[in-house]
Amino acid sequence: MTDHDHDHHHHDHDHSELSETELRVRALETILTQKGYVDPAALDLLIQTYETKVGPRNGARVVARAWADPAYRDRLLEDATPAIAELGYAGRQGEHIVALENTPALHNMVVCTLCSCYPWPVLGLPPVWYKSAPYRSKAVKDPRGVLRDFGFELPAGTNIRVWDSTAEIRYLVLPLRPSGTDGWSEERLAELVTRDSMIGTGLPKQLHEVA
Amino acid sequence: MEGAHDMGGVKWSGPVRPEPNEPMFHAEWERRAFAITLAMGMPGGWNIDMSRFAREDRPPQDYLSKSYYQIWLAGLERLMLERALIAPDEIEAGKPLHPVKPVAKTLTPGDVARVLHRGGPTEREAKAPARFAAGDRVRARMIHPPTHTRLPRYVRGHVGTVERVLGCHVFPDSNATGAGEDPQWLYTVTFDGGELWGEASDPGLRVSVDAWEPYLEPA
Repeated sequence: MTDHDHDHHHHDHDHSELSETELRVRALETILTQKGYVDPAALDLLIQTYETKVGPRNGARVVARAWADPAYRDRLLEDATPAIAELGYAGRQGEHIVALENTPALHNMVVCTLCSCYPWPVLGLPPVWYKSAPYRSKAVKDPRGVLRDFGFELPAGTNIRVWDSTAEIRYLVLPLRPSGTDGWSEERLAELVTRDSMIGTGLPKQLHEVA
Repeated sequence: MEGAHDMGGVKWSGPVRPEPNEPMFHAEWERRAFAITLAMGMPGGWNIDMSRFAREDRPPQDYLSKSYYQIWLAGLERLMLERALIAPDEIEAGKPLHPVKPVAKTLTPGDVARVLHRGGPTEREAKAPARFAAGDRVRARMIHPPTHTRLPRYVRGHVGTVERVLGCHVFPDSNATGAGEDPQWLYTVTFDGGELWGEASDPGLRVSVDAWEPYLEPA
């Protein structure tokens, strides 16, 4: 699978290929609409939903609540699907969610080596790198190397646990709460939660990054 | 099936490259291809395992040369062509040329929120007790089905430990061929890095897959 059309050395080539694909998608939408199989207004609403409503802000709220409320954290780790539904997030590609708690001794990372399985209701649609060949191939064999690609070195004493999403179970990493945040509100904590920290390829923002 | 989609552990040159700003879609056609694919599930009547097989069942050079949404598009076209919902000459002409095949239902704007919120849960009532329990040692079977499977190559033949029993779930190997859901017990099976990758493996690495009971045998 190609990484995407960001390789500027091949810009013209990609451009013509994209035009061909673009024409084909237009042709399909026309045919399917005229045959009555799709309703363009429903297509618009699907796109709008994932562009504006469903995204990592949802997951950040879940993580922030787990950090702030020990009883919620326990429910989340015991059975994440209903705990996440308490905040209103559920459904497609998040029908069965398991939350994975990072500790100082254990770092969790999530991948789908076979395709792109990802917990949509809490993280939205996956980024290009998550679906790319380098991530899908390397995450299960050299996850520390992947973390280096993302710019950080996991301490040598921290074990690493990789979860390959090969079934319909979707995984959400509960990252370590940054130190120095005692007494913070959920809203403020949520600002520290990065999308990558919930996949396990990053860390939450630390205090010096938001000061 | 053995395909280029099954990438775990494959040597791949170059680092993982996060992209600046990470646009969700990179062109208008990606938005439309995404939405058409989601919307066609209802009139098309196929299931998610059939969709996955339609995407991955292609020569490696084809799979690897397509972008993510180009693969979605190719999979969608195949599913529609197989069911005669569209014809090649219609795609060529960019308009309908043949009579409409009746479909059960079309996704309306009023359906969208409800359908997305409901999703497609795969857990089913168990008809038999689970064969394995947490802590059991199991070997991932050395299977090579020509059809869809969710047992990645890099764990086949290797011994791991059942970490969680996840309930009884739709079995994709059966569901993808139209042979029915045939629900099977599903387990998280965890492997030591050294078992999968040998002595050079990171000593602190453990990797799990979610594996249905027919993929496993006692070790």
